[in-house]
Amino acid sequence: MTMTTLPPDWPGNFWAHWAIFAVIIIVFVLLMFMVFVWLERRAMGIMQARLGPNRAGPFGIFQPAADGLKVMLKEDIVPAKGDKVVHWLAPLVAVVPVLMIFAVVPFQGGAILADLNIGILYIVAISSVATVGVFMAGWASNNKYSLLGAMRQVAAVVSYEIPVVLSVVGVILLTGSLSMQQIVMAQDVPFILLQPLGFLLFFIGALAEINRAPFDLMEADSELVAGFHIEYSGMKFALFYLVEYGEALAISAIVTTLFLGGWRGPLLPPWLWFLVKVGLVFFVMVWIRTTVPRVRIDQLMALAWKFLFPLSLLNLIITAVEILAWPSVSPWVLVPINFAIMIVLILLWSRLFKLGWGRVEV
Amino acid sequence: MKFERYGIGIAKGLAVTIRHLLRRPVTTQYPEQRLNTSRRIRGNELIWDKDKCTGCATCAKTCPQGSIEIVTSVMIDENKYQVEKFEVDTGYCIFCGLCVEACPYDALFMGYSYERAKYRRGELVMANEALLASAERQPSGYARPEVAAALPKQSLLLDNDRGKR
Repeated sequence: MTMTTLPPDWPGNFWAHWAIFAVIIIVFVLLMFMVFVWLERRAMGIMQARLGPNRAGPFGIFQPAADGLKVMLKEDIVPAKGDKVVHWLAPLVAVVPVLMIFAVVPFQGGAILADLNIGILYIVAISSVATVGVFMAGWASNNKYSLLGAMRQVAAVVSYEIPVVLSVVGVILLTGSLSMQQIVMAQDVPFILLQPLGFLLFFIGALAEINRAPFDLMEADSELVAGFHIEYSGMKFALFYLVEYGEALAISAIVTTLFLGGWRGPLLPPWLWFLVKVGLVFFVMVWIRTTVPRVRIDQLMALAWKFLFPLSLLNLIITAVEILAWPSVSPWVLVPINFAIMIVLILLWSRLFKLGWGRVEV
Repeated sequence: MKFERYGIGIAKGLAVTIRHLLRRPVTTQYPEQRLNTSRRIRGNELIWDKDKCTGCATCAKTCPQGSIEIVTSVMIDENKYQVEKFEVDTGYCIFCGLCVEACPYDALFMGYSYERAKYRRGELVMANEALLASAERQPSGYARPEVAAALPKQSLLLDNDRGKR
């Protein structure tokens, strides 16, 4: 396993390091945004026995660029009775935190803007700020659909933050550090094997937090028309679109870092391993989107509070007991035990978990 | 113990969608690829056969929209009508095909084409020579079985489903 690491202040100067990585992060996010938009539309098309975008360039790879051009040329409409200042500010409040998340994402050993010793806590804190932007958008639009969508979004994020954070704590217990770089270094065995239940809970919770299908009822096209960004057009809409895919990219990067061993892997260079894993996680998101229909708001809440929350608490307790009881046992012994625990817990909880008490099944 | 509520349904659904990743698309890339339309399509414009037409005006009488206008003069020596004006306002036409069914001399056909949209309303009013058959304006087999027999068979989207990639 190659552990080629750069010095933490590469290339030697604090400000040079800061400037270079700021540029790298912005370019990375914008490029991956385009790749993800193309990948999502193309993969979804193929899975639905269509072709997907195929007009602009070979295999339609310039479709995101064409879309971007179109959206920049569009008229910027502000609702007459909307709160103009908040309406203008909301996309910025939503975009900036998403870009800030990548400050602590390690692209390879040492290739990180700031190796904060509270890295994952910083991510949890900063990613919640994007929700404020969404709620500002929903409020300032002065539209019932956007307000409903924004309120659903806030409800979902507040509920799903708990199981997500609790399943992250399991990883932190194994690592003994909050630093993203340390978490990657600690994964001689990828944590998806040591924390299968934690991975599942984190992934489901994260899908709900960034409102991707099947939890996209905050911007359900068929009932809320588009949710919070219904009154947005032109460049402001493009920023919200960027937030949507930027968050998906951030979650893919965080899942990669926390559970899939980050940039570590044999043969290929570390940054390529990182990109491959991020792409793979995003493909799973697209795959789920094409498969699972949208849930209702009560199902969303019930899943968070009755299923994910107790299971993540149990997962945390079991992880703590394992660490206390067998501190020096080989991780490969724990892998089958943890998988067995995951299957038993999910089966048990599925029996207890009930939805829609008001409706009698015949 | 039934395994219905333990995420089995989601797992099955995921298997279905991933199998579709290996399936050929069934869509038709329209301007480049075209499906054959129905042989009895009631397409864009009426097609008029000037030689067969006797000027009896049955089509004009049967048209529910009154969009066919026919003006004739009498040719005494030949004991015939001379069609001076045969005008159809396609803008009013509802493509019911009653005129084609009613024509006693098989002189009127529905069109086989479907790409003859116009930019101006005035262009929709067609008269005399403009209504004759040409390369772009082929007669359809609607109510004309002998025309239908010569046309290519309709292609279905189902034929595009060629299974695995």
